[in-house]
Amino acid sequence: MGRDEDNNFAIEVSDLTKYYGQFLAINKVSFEVKTGQTFGFLGPNGAGKTTTVRILTGVINADSGQALIASYPAGNLKAKQITGVLPETANAYVDLSGWRNLLLMAELYGIKSKEARQRSDDLLKELGLYERRNDQVKSYSKGMKQRLVLGMALVSDPQILFLDEPTSGLDVQSSRLMKIMLQKLNRYGKTIFLTTHDMDEANQLCDQVAIINKGKIVAIDTPERLRLATKGRHSVEISFQGSVKPETLAQLSGVSEVERLGDKYRLYTNTPGDLAVTLVNYSASVGLKIVALNILAPSLEDAFVSLTEKEHSHV
Amino acid sequence: MSELVRFQQQFRRSLTIARKDIQIYYAKGPVIIYGVLMPIFLFLAFTIGRSLPADLMIPGLLGMILFFTATAVSPIIVPWEAQARTLERLMSTPVKLETIILGDILASFIFGAGISIVPIIIGLTLGITIASPGILALAIILSSFCFAALGNVFSTPPTNTPATVNMIAAGVRFPIVFMSGVFIPLDELPIWGQNIAFISPLTYFIDIARNLMHGQGHLPLVIDFLAIIGFTAVFLIVAMKLHRRTMPRRI
Repeated sequence: MGRDEDNNFAIEVSDLTKYYGQFLAINKVSFEVKTGQTFGFLGPNGAGKTTTVRILTGVINADSGQALIASYPAGNLKAKQITGVLPETANAYVDLSGWRNLLLMAELYGIKSKEARQRSDDLLKELGLYERRNDQVKSYSKGMKQRLVLGMALVSDPQILFLDEPTSGLDVQSSRLMKIMLQKLNRYGKTIFLTTHDMDEANQLCDQVAIINKGKIVAIDTPERLRLATKGRHSVEISFQGSVKPETLAQLSGVSEVERLGDKYRLYTNTPGDLAVTLVNYSASVGLKIVALNILAPSLEDAFVSLTEKEHSHV
Repeated sequence: MSELVRFQQQFRRSLTIARKDIQIYYAKGPVIIYGVLMPIFLFLAFTIGRSLPADLMIPGLLGMILFFTATAVSPIIVPWEAQARTLERLMSTPVKLETIILGDILASFIFGAGISIVPIIIGLTLGITIASPGILALAIILSSFCFAALGNVFSTPPTNTPATVNMIAAGVRFPIVFMSGVFIPLDELPIWGQNIAFISPLTYFIDIARNLMHGQGHLPLVIDFLAIIGFTAVFLIVAMKLHRRTMPRRI
């Protein structure tokens, strides 16, 4: 039984700082991840996401601060034993078969041979790679390689998973399969630490997200609360059966800007409820049928942009 | 968990890493060129046309092949893994850095010790006798491990280009071969040449091989073995310390 169950935190990070020469990569980063949570770590390129993951997975050491994985210091063999890692730039061994890659990882985690074979079989089937299990990985597509790399992170049945940009550059099917697997793993009680650029992914998968910019945490909250706290522009999205000039819509009460998006319009406003009523009344008055009408609050992406740009403008 | 159990666990994982290295790196071009072809051609270049007796020639051939093969695999593994982006994953698994390094050295050691059988068979075919096969086998095992550890030291500069590491390794390998009594027995070297020869680990292996095949060595066998063990310890310590410093810079 992991010691994380004593305090209910799978990951505890306080004042983590790392320099590369004179460059301050992360600056007093602190956060906690509860056991069983999916925690999103968001930030623009070069913000310090991968550096943080590398410290937490014991690949590099921090210059100061503390990182605990299930109460064990990050990098400690006990901490590594209960974690599975999908590094951002990691590859499988392309000269080995998919099957052999999984067995290699299982052996490095000390899994007994029979169990390792069974788990490898199950994972290869679940990841849609079973038919190609004996082929060298160099013949796999990018999506297949990334699925295999996820399998390599899972073969030890870890309590905590670190996934650095797991769906970056993947085709829709592979990306979808990954997301389904992550949701399933979370349901089974795994703690997942996920870095991503994909706001939809973070929104769908994460219980909590932290946004890091220029090495500093600028926000930590649930995706929904972050989104609602953003002082972004609200909007109403509408599509009509028939044509309407955007200039006409721009003259409606409360509309600050009109944007055409394919077969629909997005109308920005400070009073989305009132504008929706105005739009319904307007369409009835001119005999236009509304196909769809949606009131939109700021998205997680808006929150991300707002927080990272605000930080940028302070520098 | 006791220290002994932890040590056994890490050693088993070193063997896993060594097996992976054998499956991947033995067939790589630089290993074949530097580990097999280079010593054969170098030896032929220096022996063809000279009338050396087999019991003087075979120890030199054995020493050179053992040295080149045992130092052929270990230098390229770490830079190759860093370049192929497999190193970060390996470092995130529950293995110590020393476990990874030992695995790489073991893969190189097995390659060196295994291929050394070829010159021994050639020697036996040519009619040489080995005074004590057991002592020769021990010398091959210890020396192959020593040379593999030296090969690993070559890979410590934080470059991820195997060709650069091979260039560094070649810059050390060739002088060592020339100063270790491979082509000229130690007794025939001038005093200054002998003094230089003593700073090479290969010297001591060739001295053991000549002692056992030619019946006459320059140093007592005990001194040769102690020197090889001493060099091995130094190479292991240097490799571990330097890798600990440079490994994070490869990622």
